[in-house]
Amino acid sequence: MRLDVRWPIGGMFSILGIMLTLYGALSSPAIYERSLGINVNLWWGLVLLVFGLAMLWFAYRAYRESKPKVTDSTSTP
Amino acid sequence: MLGIGWALRRRIRSSEDFFLSGRSIPAWIAGLAFISANLGAQEVIGMAASGAKYGIMTSHFYWVGAMPAMVFVGLFMMPFYYGSRARSVPEYLKLRFDEKTRGLNAITFAIMTIFSSGISMYALAKLLELVLGWSFHGSIVVSAVIVLIYIFLGGLTSAIYNEVLQFFLIVLGFLPLVLLGLKDVGGWSGLTSKLAVVATNAGFEPGAWSHSWKYMDSPTHNPMGMEWFGLVMGLGFALSFGYWCTDFLVVQRAMAAGSMTAARRTPLIAAVPKMLMPMLVILPGMLAIGLHATRGGFLPIGDDGQPNYNLAIPMMLAHYLPSGLLGLGLTALMASFMSGMAGNVTAFNSVWTYDIYQTHIRPGQTDQHYLRVGHAATVFGILASVLAAYSATRFNNILDMLQLVFSFVNGPLFATFLLGMFWRRTTGHGAFYGLLTGTITAALHYGLTLPRGSVPGIKGGFLGAVLHTYPSEMALNFWTALFAWTGCFVATLLISLFTKRTKTDEELRGLVHSLTPRQRDGDMPWYKRPVTLAVAILAVSALLNVIFW
Repeated sequence: MRLDVRWPIGGMFSILGIMLTLYGALSSPAIYERSLGINVNLWWGLVLLVFGLAMLWFAYRAYRESKPKVTDSTSTP
Repeated sequence: MLGIGWALRRRIRSSEDFFLSGRSIPAWIAGLAFISANLGAQEVIGMAASGAKYGIMTSHFYWVGAMPAMVFVGLFMMPFYYGSRARSVPEYLKLRFDEKTRGLNAITFAIMTIFSSGISMYALAKLLELVLGWSFHGSIVVSAVIVLIYIFLGGLTSAIYNEVLQFFLIVLGFLPLVLLGLKDVGGWSGLTSKLAVVATNAGFEPGAWSHSWKYMDSPTHNPMGMEWFGLVMGLGFALSFGYWCTDFLVVQRAMAAGSMTAARRTPLIAAVPKMLMPMLVILPGMLAIGLHATRGGFLPIGDDGQPNYNLAIPMMLAHYLPSGLLGLGLTALMASFMSGMAGNVTAFNSVWTYDIYQTHIRPGQTDQHYLRVGHAATVFGILASVLAAYSATRFNNILDMLQLVFSFVNGPLFATFLLGMFWRRTTGHGAFYGLLTGTITAALHYGLTLPRGSVPGIKGGFLGAVLHTYPSEMALNFWTALFAWTGCFVATLLISLFTKRTKTDEELRGLVHSLTPRQRDGDMPWYKRPVTLAVAILAVSALLNVIFW
């Protein structure tokens, strides 16, 4: 296993989450008329951020656990 | 999104590399890749379109179709695939039968990939037309060019990782849509009352769109026009088992797992999220048709006077999501169209080059020669996809068209596999002529019947006489698949009995059930055994059927 897929997934969703949350916090409330008055960018951005961070945390935990073991040297981080 | 694909590509050099070193990927990743190889944009658009056109009966694709089939793949088929050296269906057919069976399958498979990629192309073009306001013709050209560039840049090399990424993108991109839609109509009960209007307008009982089994006693009582026998045999048996057991775009994912047990567990793990998928892909369609009927003009009307159900998801996106989240939803859709097309064109390229051209047309050429042929095949594949995309404009539900293609290809093939794997007496001649008979049976059935309200042509009935009119396109597909399966099964059986075996027991070791060592799960704790997982999955899907009866 060269690259744990949880790193890119976690990274991508964390970045997306931060972007959406910021956009949600800064955008005018008028655009949320179609989403029933809910600031979905803010809330869903937070959901994505939590999901992304959880993925990163799992990836980090798996990485730390696998580290002490001597595996074949071909693997890269 | 593209950037991540690019970064990943640098790390994973080739798919072969992946298969050689990667037989250690965790089961949950293999499981997610397993369903995301199948959860393309086609599924999102097609299932939502069917949700709108046929209502909750569409869930039969999951709880009657996919669940038992995935369990069957995991328990019974995986040992042959994982154990034999085969990497593709044509390759297995060559090992089990002979060169000509492989050739025939390669041809039908090549045609299937073209239609599949054409349907994705149509959906992408429709989306570009809607969002950017381009003309449909221009959008088709642009999509074709984008796919061409994507493939030549080697966009598919990190397929499995990209697929897992896309799986989450689709789930997280569409979930807010479903939640907002449900809140808007007032939850499940609000949706049911809106769907009652849809059903009454169409001349059915009020519950026809919100009950999956209740109105299946007769084809005239439900929007799909099926009764329970045709549905269970046509969809549940011939089409679903055919698709999940023989579609290697999907099966390959399980073969990347670390061990035989992990490979067998992959489809079972995949079945768990798959079971919940109707909530994400069928529900938006049902919401869209409910809104269409009660608030008016939600879906654009096509040339055939019917709503264009394919636009259910794009219209819902545009209706509910503000800029920001809308971008996420559109990215999820476009990314999966792109990989759907690229995956199919690449599959076409390899089947044409290795299974047809190298084997039957010009063997023994240099690698460079085959590489050039491969490039030409890619360009040809994309041009042919454009034609397929235009034929898709005739269908107001792309799932109707997709299942039609599957009924021709996977329906008969499943009979061949079933006999080949469980009856060692099945011969090469039997398999070849059986497969041919099955495909011809499908063509005859399709050519002599027609869905109601269609003109003879691409939708069937082109052989002059229309012997039977089905209430819907999907009903025609299910019966086509069942006829094709039966034709292939009977012909293979009879011809095998009258022809001599060409393969000895020794050659068939690992390819036929009775000549393959049994899988022993006895040393595992009971809760880890694949059988336990399988029983649990079947029990929960049975429960879901009862809840939405």
